[in-house]
Amino acid sequence: MTSRVSTGTRPGARFAQFKLVLLGESAVGKSSLVLRFVKDQFDDYRESTIGAAFLTQTISLDDTTTVKFEIWDTAGQERYKSLAPMYYRNANCAVVVYDITQASSLDKAKAWVKELQRQANENIIIALAGNKADLVAEHPDKRAITTSDAEAYAREAGLLFFETSAKTAENVRELFTAIARKLPLEQAGARNMRSNPRQGVDLRPEAPGTQGGGACNC
Amino acid sequence: MVHDNEGSAAASDGGNTPIDKRDTSPPPAKIESDTAIDETVPAVRDLQQDFQVSATSQSGVSSTIHAEEPRPPLPARSGNLDLLQEGNYSPSGSLQRSRKPVRPQLQSTATTALSRTDINTLSYQDGSRDTYAASAETTPLSKPVGLFGSVKRFKGLGGSETGDSASVKSYVPTSETGGDVESLLGEVLSASQQSPAWKLLSTQYETPNPFDAADYEDDEATVEFYQEFDDIRQTDPDVGSEEQQLAQWQSKRKHFLILSSAGKPIYNRHGDDNLISGYIGIIQTIISFYEGADDQLGGFTAAGTRFVIMSQGPLYLVAISKLGENDAQLRVQLEALYMQILSTLTLPTLTHLFANRASTDLRRPLQGTEPLLSALADTFTRGSPPTLLSALECLKIRKSQRQVINDTLLRTKCDTLLYGLIVASGRLVSVVRPRKHSLHPSDLQLIFNMLFEARGVKAGGGENWIPLCLPGFNKNGYLYMYVSFVSASEGEGGGSSDDCNESGKPEEIAILLISAKKESFYDLRKMRDAVVEQLDKNGSMSIIKAAVRRGRPTATDIIPGTVLRHFLYKSKGNVQFTMPSYEPHFTTMLARRRLLSLYHTLHASVHAKNAHLKVHHCISRESISLAWVTPLFELYCVAGPHASRNALAHSANKVVQWVRREEERVFIIGGAIF
Ligand SMILES: Nc1nc2c(ncn2[C@@H]2O[C@H](COP(=O)(O)OP(=O)(O)OP(=O)(O)O)[C@@H](O)[C@H]2O)c(=O)[nH]1
Ligand SMILES: [Mg+2]
Repeated sequence: MTSRVSTGTRPGARFAQFKLVLLGESAVGKSSLVLRFVKDQFDDYRESTIGAAFLTQTISLDDTTTVKFEIWDTAGQERYKSLAPMYYRNANCAVVVYDITQASSLDKAKAWVKELQRQANENIIIALAGNKADLVAEHPDKRAITTSDAEAYAREAGLLFFETSAKTAENVRELFTAIARKLPLEQAGARNMRSNPRQGVDLRPEAPGTQGGGACNC
Repeated sequence: MVHDNEGSAAASDGGNTPIDKRDTSPPPAKIESDTAIDETVPAVRDLQQDFQVSATSQSGVSSTIHAEEPRPPLPARSGNLDLLQEGNYSPSGSLQRSRKPVRPQLQSTATTALSRTDINTLSYQDGSRDTYAASAETTPLSKPVGLFGSVKRFKGLGGSETGDSASVKSYVPTSETGGDVESLLGEVLSASQQSPAWKLLSTQYETPNPFDAADYEDDEATVEFYQEFDDIRQTDPDVGSEEQQLAQWQSKRKHFLILSSAGKPIYNRHGDDNLISGYIGIIQTIISFYEGADDQLGGFTAAGTRFVIMSQGPLYLVAISKLGENDAQLRVQLEALYMQILSTLTLPTLTHLFANRASTDLRRPLQGTEPLLSALADTFTRGSPPTLLSALECLKIRKSQRQVINDTLLRTKCDTLLYGLIVASGRLVSVVRPRKHSLHPSDLQLIFNMLFEARGVKAGGGENWIPLCLPGFNKNGYLYMYVSFVSASEGEGGGSSDDCNESGKPEEIAILLISAKKESFYDLRKMRDAVVEQLDKNGSMSIIKAAVRRGRPTATDIIPGTVLRHFLYKSKGNVQFTMPSYEPHFTTMLARRRLLSLYHTLHASVHAKNAHLKVHHCISRESISLAWVTPLFELYCVAGPHASRNALAHSANKVVQWVRREEERVFIIGGAIF
């Protein structure tokens, strides 16, 4: 629940930048997870995302390592499906979200995982997030997907796995930190060392990794 | 079907007296009986009953008779259901403002089918209304002006007893003559028909804010307006509660329904489908009854509530209003809702979905669009000058300052850019566009609604990449819009409560960059960074922020000592309007709604098809007002009830002079073109 992490850069600090995409059925809480992660806020009446939203958040992993996420929060509505490749094409990591109270949302999540593994960056790090954990804390009967089932699937598919709550912030920070730790920081750090992370970064998709970004676009 | 808006606009209203046809200066006007602006109609009770009667006997309501024209062929069907194909816009459809200077109506181009049937509505200020239709060909009723003029005059002069106008109306010849005119409803004329003594009394004191004074209005309905936007509460599903919910539903002053022609509900503003399925079924039955007779229903009135139906391809859009707009004005609103649906889906997709399966459930493909539709609906219910006038409002800054902003946009423009806009809380600051494409006001209305009325995009707190169809531009494909917001408050991380606009929302400046290429996000983002950096550097950003924070000037700021409390000035050539602040007289939502109702009435009178009015003067207990139309502009002015007509006319002239002087500040003329 800490708000934002200091981005203070001391000389010689490592700074890496990664593209992250959120995918999953509509209303599972993708935007809510991002809002919690980026602004530490939650909104009970959130309107469905139109198109996609682009946000950034920087976290520090240790005294010398800072990771900046460039986050694409995509819309889960069916009609935006054809735009998804645009967002995951150059992604270094993905969070695929489902709602632990909605059985069908896990099926949708599995379909996204499959698509990512087939079409996205070969080294993409994928995390599976079972969101709205707070709902089952109060009413255990609301749970539609057991932790162990989801965990088993995640292990099998090679995904990071967390049950999260955007509402209570449970495991939100942990989710993004775990992803950051799994990203190939050494390489990225070596390549992307800079003293001022705010300088203009060329993010054109056709030129990935030229300046920031792509730890694993090799 | 869509009706030509200008043509079907309402005729004048009781109590308001058209005086003169001169073009140049507001003439003196006769004072006649005064009429309150707001209506006092009973809630739609027994709505269901009314419906049943009318659906079967055709006599409980007044329906309009139409001559339907064959629909134009539908556009070629797209073979692919993928909704977000590469935006393939056709540069052929010229929307250039300079070549077609006057395009006041929102729905003029993007519709698929047009019927030339004219619906003529005669509205009275008490909320009553008569509707008759004339086919495009001339009918024996082709000169209804005299007829209705006399009704009007009768009412005006008589100025009196409840029964009069109603009885006159009921003697108007009906059917067979080609125009079907019936008595529509039993009026409640109370508010407009007080005794002279009462009137005298009520003018003895000046209420600080007559537009919000509840003291001489008996009606609960007025107070209920504050609950208009509340959700219909879900109580326990026991027997009584559904009735309660229905009562809540009925107490709403305005509804919008959208259904498929197969009768499937697609959207409704209040309550869920189950609650109102009965009503939807009835409305569907009524519509298809006429459809079956090859005779499309345009609108009807039941229990003081006006129903207007618009058929758009596979959709029916229905407006149900107790707020007294005329049919043409309601149609403009329905048209905007339809445009929102096109904006989500594009026309080929919409057509394709229904061509495949008439019983398609459109709710699914439209998912997530409800908040946008509701934001539009609520804007119309609150009353919206841009919608009424089909025009845009600009942020007032100096010409040279705007020039600097335009130049900045031009300088930083990237190759993929189609349109670039800077918008401050729904007011346009600057536009950059290609020479051959102008922007259609109805498209901008959709964008502004999405960004400034609906909460979704702004609440995300980031930058946005939004595929959308702009039907005025091209209803067949998508464009892609980059949006980012800059807070208007001084310094970083703004959003203090002092920086809220008149509707209580924090002031935001949006940078919108639109492209036909879906991959151009990063290009546009880079352009945004450059624009913001340069605007910061050359001082324009703080000029914009200061202008936003300053808000609109009050009427007395504009014309010191004026009797005017508010005005709307529309420049027809620029398709733009300007107005003063709602402060200090129209601060509450109710006061504002009444003001807008008055504007709707004035607008209706000068846009009535057969009214060649150029100046319309209207006196009521709450205000005296004036509408003045020339080939160049439309001006609507409102003063307090004790202002003299001369003072009003004088101020109207002052407004025109002021606009002339400030034209290049209050309007964007030309804009930045590449
Ligand atoms: N109780 C609870 N509600 C949540 C949680 N996360 C999101 N919600 C609610 O679920 C609804 C949908 O959340 P969003 O974040 O808009 O979902 P989304 O995945 O972004 O949906 P799309 O933008 O349509 O793809 C909102 O009303 C949220 O308030 C959570 O952790 N717990
Ligand atoms: Mg979302």
